Amino acid sequence: MKSFTMAKTVIENLLKGPATLMYPQRKRTFTAITRGKIENEYPKCIFCGLCSKRCPNYAIAVSKEKKEWEIDRLKCCMCNLCVDVCPVKCLSTDNQYSPPVTEKKMGIQKLGPGGS
Amino acid sequence: MAHRNIIPLGPQHPVLLEPIHFDLVTEDETVVDAVPSISYVHRGLERLVEKRDFNDFVHVADRICGLCSIQHAMGYCQAVEAVMGIEVPERALYLRTIWAELGRIHSHIFWLGVAADGFGYESLFMQSMRLREVVLDIIEETTGARIIFGVCKVGGVRRDIDPETLKGIVQRLTTLGVDLEELTAVFINDYGIKHRLEGVGFISKEDAYTLGCVGPLARASGFDTDMRTIGYAAYPHLDVEPMLEQSGDCYGRCLVRIREIFQSIDLIRQAAGKIPEGPIDVKVKGTPNGEYFSRVEQPRGEVIHYVKGNGSKFLQRFRVRVPTFTNIPAMIKIMKGSQVADIPNIIITLDPCISCTER
Repeated sequence: MKSFTMAKTVIENLLKGPATLMYPQRKRTFTAITRGKIENEYPKCIFCGLCSKRCPNYAIAVSKEKKEWEIDRLKCCMCNLCVDVCPVKCLSTDNQYSPPVTEKKMGIQKLGPGGS
Repeated sequence: MAHRNIIPLGPQHPVLLEPIHFDLVTEDETVVDAVPSISYVHRGLERLVEKRDFNDFVHVADRICGLCSIQHAMGYCQAVEAVMGIEVPERALYLRTIWAELGRIHSHIFWLGVAADGFGYESLFMQSMRLREVVLDIIEETTGARIIFGVCKVGGVRRDIDPETLKGIVQRLTTLGVDLEELTAVFINDYGIKHRLEGVGFISKEDAYTLGCVGPLARASGFDTDMRTIGYAAYPHLDVEPMLEQSGDCYGRCLVRIREIFQSIDLIRQAAGKIPEGPIDVKVKGTPNGEYFSRVEQPRGEVIHYVKGNGSKFLQRFRVRVPTFTNIPAMIKIMKGSQVADIPNIIITLDPCISCTER
């Protein structure tokens, strides 16, 4: 029977430290192309509604009369389709995820003439 | 004769995080019959195809399942491309192949972890998840997301991988291979695991053929079925050999999956060496009119995508036949006659993917 077979693993694990991130102290770094939350550059938006029509999850609602653009971040599946179809390119993808929320309606972000 | 009892297993059970229910008819400790029921989380994606532009539906097909994401998108795109007669550039086919193999590696390592957890080896589960992270990082760097690739589109792919990154990927996978050998040696040699898996859940080659088994389940019984050998995407240019085992038991299925991980690493190395320069997509003109069956090898076996277009931009019919659905009759056959204590091992080594089944 072999002895000290675990010794190498034990010493390695003592010296190496954890494989996980200590989350609140060390935040995760995202890559440049990570598909995160969708951002709208409000002044450029023409409220054509293409993004809301093509969205697979119906997460975007656009109102042309009120000049409002609304996204439900909890419904968004980050497929980037709205960014692709936007005719004036006012939509873009951030490489950060949207922050966690405690209630469903807190995920809705509204952009309108009265400010967001 | 012993008294018959019915033991309900699921839909929430410790083996799998996904909902599938079995009524196990038992006599003493032996299972004499099993009645499966699915459809707890049916999503109706096949109906949604009538309301979505065929180009946009790739995003939905991509999200049928997390572990086989790219293969679903690939199968759907292949079918639509065949209907419309689109010739996809060679580079796009190679890129799809590389991503498909990365998907297979991460799915199989995930399976190793979940299986280890099922046998009661929690630290092995943690180690598997640690190694899987390497693959997920590569996927995030090249596609923009960890699980859902979102890179396939009708007529090619959305993103390119530059040669430098590709070299880096091969290097990182080689290092991963060394770590994996250490990890998989436990699965192959450990007495406890062998004791629980060897001879358990046997299915013969004839039964595997008759019941229409696909994927690692069929290959572990010596039934040679691997869709990659029929040559879609870039597989005709690569050296693919189905990984076969003759034992037909849980241990055989475990070995097949372990060998497939190393095969996938090798396939990525081959594809990275042969990838040609050129465009990654072609412009799509017109609408699909006609029908096509496309066959793709998922980590769990063969998936068939049927697409029927009627000349408008909305498809008329879309049907996915997923490997888990095909393997359910075999699952019942294996369960009959086995011990109740072996049921979790049998379910886990079949690797059912319920989100695929409930598309």
